[in-house]
Amino acid sequence: MRDIFTLSLIASTIRLATPLVLAALGGLFSERSGVINIALEGKMLAGAFTAAAVTYAADKSLGMGNASPWFGLLAGMIAGLFIAAIYAVSCIKFKADQVVSGAAINILMLGIPGFLSGAFFLSSGSTPQLPKDHLLPQSPVVIALAILALVAAIWYVVYKTPFGLRLRSVGENPEAADAAGVSVSKIRYSGVLLAGILAGLGGAYLSIGQSSLFTRNMTAGRGFIALAALIFGKWRPVQTLLACLLFGFTEAVSIQMQGVFKLPSGEDIPVQFIQMVPYVLTIVVLAGFIGSSRPPRALGIPYQKEK
Amino acid sequence: MTKLARELLFPLIAVVAAFIVGGILILLVGDNPIVAYRLLLGSALSWPDGIGYTLFHATPLIFTGLAVLVGFRCGLFNIGAEGQLYIAAFATAWVGIKFANLTPWLLVPFCFVAAIMSGAFWGAIPGVLKARFGSHEVINTIMLNFIAVALVSYFTQYHYKVPGDPILQTAEISPSAHIARLGKFIPGFPERIPLNLAFLLALLCCLLVYLFLWRTKWGYEIRATGSNPFAAQYGGISIRKQIILAMAVSGALAGMVGINEVLGYRYRYYDGFSDNYGYTGIAVALLGRNHPVGVILAALLFAALQHGGIYVDGFSEHVTKDIVQVLQGIIILFVAAEAFFKWLVGRRIPGTALKVNP
Repeated sequence: MRDIFTLSLIASTIRLATPLVLAALGGLFSERSGVINIALEGKMLAGAFTAAAVTYAADKSLGMGNASPWFGLLAGMIAGLFIAAIYAVSCIKFKADQVVSGAAINILMLGIPGFLSGAFFLSSGSTPQLPKDHLLPQSPVVIALAILALVAAIWYVVYKTPFGLRLRSVGENPEAADAAGVSVSKIRYSGVLLAGILAGLGGAYLSIGQSSLFTRNMTAGRGFIALAALIFGKWRPVQTLLACLLFGFTEAVSIQMQGVFKLPSGEDIPVQFIQMVPYVLTIVVLAGFIGSSRPPRALGIPYQKEK
Repeated sequence: MTKLARELLFPLIAVVAAFIVGGILILLVGDNPIVAYRLLLGSALSWPDGIGYTLFHATPLIFTGLAVLVGFRCGLFNIGAEGQLYIAAFATAWVGIKFANLTPWLLVPFCFVAAIMSGAFWGAIPGVLKARFGSHEVINTIMLNFIAVALVSYFTQYHYKVPGDPILQTAEISPSAHIARLGKFIPGFPERIPLNLAFLLALLCCLLVYLFLWRTKWGYEIRATGSNPFAAQYGGISIRKQIILAMAVSGALAGMVGINEVLGYRYRYYDGFSDNYGYTGIAVALLGRNHPVGVILAALLFAALQHGGIYVDGFSEHVTKDIVQVLQGIIILFVAAEAFFKWLVGRRIPGTALKVNP
């Protein structure tokens, strides 16, 4: 095990976990308010594409230079917010099935980036390469500090503010929250929109931080791993962060080991088995084999106000 | 309005509305929507290629659409058709390679059984997890999709790849396991078009699913569980058994995609072959109003779009084949938000407001 925990592996774990943490914490706001979020994948794709396209355009057409990735980041968050707004109206106002709407968003966002890059960049599904100095900061220390600050802030909001209390009560018992004068739909709109912003941010980090362009379906299931981390972290901010680090670590290992993972005893583990770890763990935890992972009680149920 | 007209109306509105939204997007990027749509849909009608490929693409979508339908009728959301069809396609190829010496009369049915049983097995896992531990099938089927893809990729790469082959695929299956392409029976229809007997099997499955759900006791119990689990339980139906049964049947239907892919088309397992068939199956079932006939119609529409996508890519300046997924996504969004149209209609014509989410 000696050569597994190298400094470069830790750095790469932090880098790879970052988009997962952002999306998973976004999912936390949405799911804690009672709205299932299988659309994290689509929102990440929206953020990733928009961030890369806007960063490119901000430099080329507006001459923003080194400031352009920050415009890209902002645009990625707005794109996530926009997609989340469609999702929110569909699920909250029109009480559409949350899983169906989420699946629709995911399929839609598989198509939209390719459609737009075909039109604007005359390419099939990717944006132009960005120069190195037009990317977000990638120092693992800076990122780690930013993530820790974010998790602390989210923990505070969820557990120590009136908004957090309302958020949790709406997800657990919307009838009681409603009776106490809390607007269930307002809280749920806030939860879903916050999820959109954070997932968009996670996607943006993927395209203009970890990478230097958007490529077709570049999230490659990270939205679903983020969802898995949220469940594995039992819908709590700190545990979710730890779950994301674990899943980021499995990804870092499978990249660094280039196909085979050597056990200390000298046996090889094919990379595919390491890739399965997050998914298997999530199934095991959800079934209650390791502690119990209980979703918010009203998760997935549209709220119908008593007339 | 008659029941049939009502059933057809909303899917039709959703499709038309999606094409209007898609048309606006095409206009915005500077192309002519009418030209793009003519390329997209017109190419599907040409004989023999357009029709042949459309029916070929429709085959897996009918299977996955039926798979999602059976789940929905039991109140379950099977997002796992993608994983089920991967496991099944690999199992089909495995039997076709391992038992190469059998005669076609034995090997083909054996391959069918492999596809159906392995799909049913992979589908039953989330069923058992839900019945036994109450864990949500949506999450578990998503997770099992990723596990399935990694698992078959491992077996292909480490155990069944032809050494030196740069492509991640297994060796060819025995010629005895091939099923006939329809070109063999239809004059003027070339055998290079991969439309095969699996298409007829898909149509047969529509009939069987209809008979199963609406004409048998098991099917009745599945539907009773789907429409009101509490009443069903009170009526003496074992919910747990129905959940496992429905997921297994659903997985078996998804697994039959392997028959089309391996026995009728590529004659081997090719890693990553599925063009999102499992996920498109959700769209097919929803647009088809969870009815086998609707599934056929919706599968034909999506297959035509898929085939037309190639022509859009080749012959229009700005629009790419991604427009197919854009249209698909908008269609599902509109189908899901049926209440949106009811709300819209209710506002336009006072007095006709339908109750939202009754």
